[in-house]
Amino acid sequence: MGRALAVIIWILTLGSVSLFFVKQWWFPTAISSHAAALDRQFLITIIVVGISFAAAQVALGYMVWKYRERPTNDRAVYTHGSNRLEVIWTIVTAVIFIGLAVMGQSVWASLHFSKAPAGSFQVEVVAQQFQWNFHYAGNDGVFGRTDPNLIDDSALNFIGLDETDPNAKDDQTHSVIAIPVNRPVELILRSKDVIHNFWVPQLRFKQDLVPGMAIRVHFTANQTGKYELACAELCGQLHFKMKSYMLVLPEAEHQALMALPQEQFQSRITELLAKYPLPTY
Amino acid sequence: MSAETHEAVHRHEPPTSFIRKYIFSLDHKVIGIQYIILALVAVIVGMTMSVLMRMNLSWPGTNWPILATLFPGGAPGGVINPEFYLSLVTMHGTIMVFFVLTTAPQGGFGNYFLPIQIGAEDMAFPVLNMLSFWVTLVGFIVILSAIFFSGSASTIGPIGGWTGYAPLSALGQIAGPGQGMGMNLWIISIAIFCVGSLLGALNFITTLLNMRTRGMSLMRMPLTCWAWFTTAVLALLSFPVLLGGGILLLLDRLAGTSFFIPGGLYVSGILSGTTPSFPIHTGGSPILWQHLFWFFGHPEVYIAILPGMGATSHILSTFARKPVFGYRAMVFAIFAIGLLGFFVWGHHMFISGMSPYSAMTFSILTLSIGVPSAVKTFNWLGTLWGARIRFTTPMLFAIGFVSLFVAGGITGLVLGQTSLDLPMHDTYFVLAHFHLVMGVASIFGMFAATYFWFPKMFGRMMSERLGKIHFWITFVGVYCIFVPMHVMGLVGMPRRYAQFTEYTFLSRLHPLVVFVSVVAIITVLTQFIFYFNLIWSIFKGKKAGANPWEATTLEWTTASPPPHDNFAGVLPVVYRGPYEFAVPGAPNDFVMQTEPETETERVGGNGHNGHRH
Repeated sequence: MGRALAVIIWILTLGSVSLFFVKQWWFPTAISSHAAALDRQFLITIIVVGISFAAAQVALGYMVWKYRERPTNDRAVYTHGSNRLEVIWTIVTAVIFIGLAVMGQSVWASLHFSKAPAGSFQVEVVAQQFQWNFHYAGNDGVFGRTDPNLIDDSALNFIGLDETDPNAKDDQTHSVIAIPVNRPVELILRSKDVIHNFWVPQLRFKQDLVPGMAIRVHFTANQTGKYELACAELCGQLHFKMKSYMLVLPEAEHQALMALPQEQFQSRITELLAKYPLPTY
Repeated sequence: MSAETHEAVHRHEPPTSFIRKYIFSLDHKVIGIQYIILALVAVIVGMTMSVLMRMNLSWPGTNWPILATLFPGGAPGGVINPEFYLSLVTMHGTIMVFFVLTTAPQGGFGNYFLPIQIGAEDMAFPVLNMLSFWVTLVGFIVILSAIFFSGSASTIGPIGGWTGYAPLSALGQIAGPGQGMGMNLWIISIAIFCVGSLLGALNFITTLLNMRTRGMSLMRMPLTCWAWFTTAVLALLSFPVLLGGGILLLLDRLAGTSFFIPGGLYVSGILSGTTPSFPIHTGGSPILWQHLFWFFGHPEVYIAILPGMGATSHILSTFARKPVFGYRAMVFAIFAIGLLGFFVWGHHMFISGMSPYSAMTFSILTLSIGVPSAVKTFNWLGTLWGARIRFTTPMLFAIGFVSLFVAGGITGLVLGQTSLDLPMHDTYFVLAHFHLVMGVASIFGMFAATYFWFPKMFGRMMSERLGKIHFWITFVGVYCIFVPMHVMGLVGMPRRYAQFTEYTFLSRLHPLVVFVSVVAIITVLTQFIFYFNLIWSIFKGKKAGANPWEATTLEWTTASPPPHDNFAGVLPVVYRGPYEFAVPGAPNDFVMQTEPETETERVGGNGHNGHRH
């Protein structure tokens, strides 16, 4: 029985580790400037995790194999432990774990401890149940005034844009987010109703959109293309369908898009969605 | 310490009427069994829901004619609809966390064995004990009623996940299906559950501190008692916060307050304050709910697993025929986990919009909690080192606990880092992590406890053959279910999605999703072997003596099952520590805690038996 259990534990360990090792199912290729450091931190962590996991399971299997009861009259070793060992493994794990925790802050700090760099491209994101709305400032770079009292979904004014505000004249809204490549992007995240979450797997980035708050985050995308955008916070019945796309465009193409008047802006985005294929997985 | 104070205080004669004996019983043993039965019923409900969820995820759009009959609203034409799926998610989580993982380990086994293991005749407050069970049962009935009074034909209950994030959970019917009466009942049920748990926690703490028998110093207590005690302290400090939060949430829903609802919301085409159905709200904070919820929610994880850790230590030592390695370190580790458990709740909220500096602090504290967890693992391995292991079913499950605790716990090193939470948050990686450690490992602890203590509770052994079949399939099954979910998380699969069909990047995971579902259904079906074994063994199991496992602690000094006052009127006296196996020179390889000291021990004093008085 002991040997069977040991073998099963080892097989399960091997299976679990190899599932990560073969990388058949893995992160999609990253498209953001912070992703390389993040992926490296993940790799370091998962190696520590994998080694610790395997070592513990191999040791467990070894114990149940080696110390199974055998038909002799010997008793087990009579010991109540070893203070020296307790001190050693407490210190060793403390150093490794807290070391990982400290290392794990660097990408976080780079994204969240500083404001978006000057010259970032700003997009206001207004989520609502099962739909994304992206508000672009247009040529003047200034967002028109918005007011919840002006929201009228039936008139397609999803974000409550005040049409009388001069700054709103050139503003655009769309359900697709289009951002320039290799230029910092600042999102101003809002929600009209419940909590949603902005999640593009390739960006290695996620942030809740909380009603009543305007959360500012920033990142830089460094690969052009079309990527799926998902909601990652339970927001109700059709949460699983709250999907849109993120277009990462060459700077010139992006600038041209942003300069277009309303009707052409809409049709141009449709063209761009068709132009850029989804990444192959 | 206080062994003299309680003598003859709590003596009550065995009741004679059926109702006082089995229904409104004051006997901690009967109440313990009542809690266990509650958990056994609740877990069937929870498992059935998980099977329905797996069916829907793997074979979306399939017509299951039986579902059309059972749930005409949730599965019209036999096809599970998204709101039905989400209410299954919510009910599964709530029932499993509250009515299974919090009831069986603590209210069940703790209630039954804590008084016996410390040499007491009953809990300190038997009436309170009875009330705590009945209050909990009312909570369970209320949560089940949410299925039938959900206020919407197409759901079987509330939609919000077990975390019930506001404002989705606070807005009421206007926020969509699953936000009507079902959500009220969900909150009320949890509030009732909080009250029941608080009553229980007070009782556990008082009993352990005041009712230990002569010689049962704190450091001579079995590790199970330390675990139940720490769990009770956690419950005492965390449940009131959830209770408070729940009341505020209910007020937001029913009284038009705005604790969690900010101003200017525009929901389902209606602006707050423009119609009577959506009264004006202003000034609330959705994040406040998350703080209140997780201030409870994280300690709750330890409430679920600490008793399993205690049982595992206890059972490993018994069948290793060896003292627990590092008893003192184990006690300190339990305390450290309990204490740190109160300072890490923010790791559920890194991306919630709270301060990123708070997130960093919570992150470092979170990885610190891995240290006492690792210490426990090392000591379990140390206990097995040099052992003479008897592979009984309880031992297999205890070893399984260690394996699964490591497998599930260790990925906390990934999720606890702020940076790595960016891709991982709310994906299947999280699901895999907490199901393995909080769900499956805890349940393995309870399986071990059941097989181990069944002979004491019912005077008969459970079938070892069936127990071993149950173990092998379940152990392999849970690995095959939850390890693949980690890589689903790497790919980016989000939690709480009714279907994965909308996203191209998820399509390549489909074979894995189907594999997990098939294994899950097999593993769930295997659990009926366990149920059969339980019922069959009560009537047909091999008769067990007082101490069938040759164990050392006080519950094995009394009859199986124990008499009404546990020790037939004569309280045991304790002379030594709880895990004296393989003592050199002793006639047997185990020395009971009640075995008086021999002359040599008195003279030699090996110092391993805990404090002496």
